[in-house]
Amino acid sequence: MQTPLYALHCEFSAKMVPFAGFEMPLQYSSGIITEHRHTRAAAGLFDVSHMGQIRLTGTNAAAALETLLPADVMGLAPGRQRYSVFTNEQGGIVDDLMITNAGDHLLLVVNAATKFDDLALLEANIGHRCGIELLDTHALIALQGPLAAQVLELSVADIAQLPFMHAAAVTIGDTACWVSRSGYTGEDGFEISLPAADAADVARRLLQNDAVAPVGLGARDSLRLEAGLCLYGHDIDNNTTPREAGIEFAISKMRRRGGVREGGFPGDNVILDNSAAPVRRRIGIKPLGRAPVREGADLVDAEYRPVGKVTSGSYGPTVEHPVAMGYVNGASALHGTTLNAIVRDKYLAVEVSPLPFVPHRYYRGR
Amino acid sequence: MSETRYTEDHEWARPDGGTTVVVGITDYAQEQLGELVFIELPEVGSDLAQGDEAAVMESVKAAAEVKSPISGTVLETNDALNDAPDTVNREPTGDGWFFRINASDLAELDELMDEAAYTSYLATLE
Repeated sequence: MQTPLYALHCEFSAKMVPFAGFEMPLQYSSGIITEHRHTRAAAGLFDVSHMGQIRLTGTNAAAALETLLPADVMGLAPGRQRYSVFTNEQGGIVDDLMITNAGDHLLLVVNAATKFDDLALLEANIGHRCGIELLDTHALIALQGPLAAQVLELSVADIAQLPFMHAAAVTIGDTACWVSRSGYTGEDGFEISLPAADAADVARRLLQNDAVAPVGLGARDSLRLEAGLCLYGHDIDNNTTPREAGIEFAISKMRRRGGVREGGFPGDNVILDNSAAPVRRRIGIKPLGRAPVREGADLVDAEYRPVGKVTSGSYGPTVEHPVAMGYVNGASALHGTTLNAIVRDKYLAVEVSPLPFVPHRYYRGR
Repeated sequence: MSETRYTEDHEWARPDGGTTVVVGITDYAQEQLGELVFIELPEVGSDLAQGDEAAVMESVKAAAEVKSPISGTVLETNDALNDAPDTVNREPTGDGWFFRINASDLAELDELMDEAAYTSYLATLE
């Protein structure tokens, strides 16, 4: 399948690759490293229309959604956004997602590869309590980077004042859009949901600004990795709990032990049990040499005993060294611990590093 | 017998006087890989058979190997690539060479493609 921006990608000489059923731009002519750095220095425009946008409607939608995930959705005010995870009975993560209260409906943004599973999960469990609609007639464009706000301000008055994890209905040109202050790069930025038919016009309008360059999936991955953000199916999956992943912020206070609406989601007894430390933890991994350490590489400690595995790894164009994430046992998870990654049958020294590798630069309002 | 030869894996081998052959990857290969961020070169003095893994290249997205297009003993490696692997992207057939090898049998090059054959081969990959 093609996204509404397919022709635009081709115009910008994108190298297209199949991804989750779509033809997506891996990179444009300037290359992944240049696109990555441009996003951190100015602003990058990403086509993320392959992601699933799901609209939940009806007065019971928030209460119903709370039976599938550990976020406070009923208390989510209009124009506010929250990150959470669908969970399974074992306490594992079925998908991670953004939830926005869009006033008369809830807007969910879920992963591309899992959207039909998510849809089936929603329909089977809460289909009788609320309206569920996949917005496959909508595109999603991310504008990310330190200049994103001033670029979007030229089209949308006062949008620069919108704080991180807030959202608003706006008009860009003649197009009604739903804009949130969020993203997947660690930078300030926006995600713009809009009708597919107008997506190319809005993208072109933003790209006319010299600060904005198109950025492909390659740099999207290296940006999120430097930002320490999990990629579903790699860093988190059905067998990972939110605590192991270090994403407890996906669990709202009032859904935790002693909270007003404690539990009530799949795997709550496992996820809310803090009696023992998790057996394994997600860590940042800084290879000490120049060779990238990639997904699947085994990790051993200084005495060469197995301690875990790498779940994501690449080169970090901003930090200018390889970066990776993975899981290790609790004893090996301390920052500064030296471990070895096994790459091509060799031991490469790596260090357990704090995440993110590049500080987040979100706009939290004043 | 002194012209550059090419493999189906997109290595080039250029005779450089006597039994010395210079080895690198083609422009097509670097274009496919994208910007290189790490290169692991063979050890000088190591013996390679034709088709053996000789070097490893890593781009942001993926790793790939360079196979030796000819059998022999590695004489010299392009150590400048350790600090500047992207030289291969900019000048794959010039300053981006990988290693020099003392070929044990120059006739092995005859099995490889000449420039015209390689160009036709690339056309089949489009």
